[in-house]
Amino acid sequence: MTDRTDLLEFLLRMGDNALILGHRVSEWCGHAPVLEEDIALANTALDLIGQTQLWLGYAAEVQGEGKSADDLAFLRDAWDFRNVLMVEMPNGDFGRTLMRQFFYDAWQSVLLGRLVKSSDRQVSEIAEKASKEVAYHLERSADTVVGLGDGTDESHRRMQDALDYLWPYAGELCQADEVDARLAKAGVTPDPATLRDEYFALVRRVLTDATLDIPEDDFHHTGGRTGRMHTEHLGHLLTQMQWLQRAYPNSTW
Amino acid sequence: MWDWLKAVPDPEIPVISLVDLGIIRDVAFEGETCVVTVTPTYSGCPATSIINLDIETKLRDEGLDRIELRRQLSPAWTTDWLSDEGREKLEEYGIAPPQPAGGPQRCPHCGGTHLEKLSQFGSTPCKAQWRCRDCLEPFDYFKCI
Repeated sequence: MTDRTDLLEFLLRMGDNALILGHRVSEWCGHAPVLEEDIALANTALDLIGQTQLWLGYAAEVQGEGKSADDLAFLRDAWDFRNVLMVEMPNGDFGRTLMRQFFYDAWQSVLLGRLVKSSDRQVSEIAEKASKEVAYHLERSADTVVGLGDGTDESHRRMQDALDYLWPYAGELCQADEVDARLAKAGVTPDPATLRDEYFALVRRVLTDATLDIPEDDFHHTGGRTGRMHTEHLGHLLTQMQWLQRAYPNSTW
Repeated sequence: MWDWLKAVPDPEIPVISLVDLGIIRDVAFEGETCVVTVTPTYSGCPATSIINLDIETKLRDEGLDRIELRRQLSPAWTTDWLSDEGREKLEEYGIAPPQPAGGPQRCPHCGGTHLEKLSQFGSTPCKAQWRCRDCLEPFDYFKCI
């Protein structure tokens, strides 16, 4: 029997990643460089918010306090969030947004592929659904990283800047603690150590195709997925995302 | 009851029905209650709640009053479940039906085969944007998943 607290922690990590990245990506709506990219970013955000509803919906059920996915999204404060730091970072330019999307999509594609075999039926079902969407996202974000990296001098420079900026945040995706160890033992999640190699092999292959220099330093920032410490950016994001429920509690439409 | 549901159009692509789309997975009676099992196309598809409302409204109009809608995630929806009739109706409407090859077979307007992808995403989560180089018209392609 899986510990409910561990399962809840895992579900919040999955749901919060999708929610915070979904919100960040949605900030591009109406601002992307061309219409097609605007639509693509909005659709990606929509898929992420849909996946959030599944993960946080199940989290609320496991929590057993009668809350909904919306309650978890809109009524928790920064210290309760369990997303990795990378997804809360500001968008930067289009290149940085797509580089971040690639790091995330690649991670999700590796992780969800394994979660389909989870011993927890609901986790397995959500992973099955989300992995189809993620495969499609990865195709686009990887192609764009290669297209821009191996593009003009300016696009190459910008993608290299994006990679240098985001690289220290990629490691947290593969970080694992005792919660992960217990869940892996129960067969709910894959052994995190086995994911790391597969993930970085995929990342390195695409970045090499993109003619980018992969940083050698493997230092990485941590704190988001354990809730120990978020960056200052998360609080600002939440003031926007949660404003309506904070100003007009329980309002619906 | 399948015939009733065949008359409920998809809210975003009204030319096909919910049954054509392949998202109604089961219809059954459990005691006095009519249980309809529905699977979402994309997890964030905003049409999902409207679809549920439309199903319920239709069944009520036909005289049922005990109705339960159940969401089923697995097996995940695939465009293989689109009916042949649905595929034909899509093409007539100007949307190229999904192909396993990953792109449209021909332009739904002129039948041309010189096609180019404009964007992997289109006006709804289930579509992508393509253009025909023969007639120069852009068109929607129903993504194959």
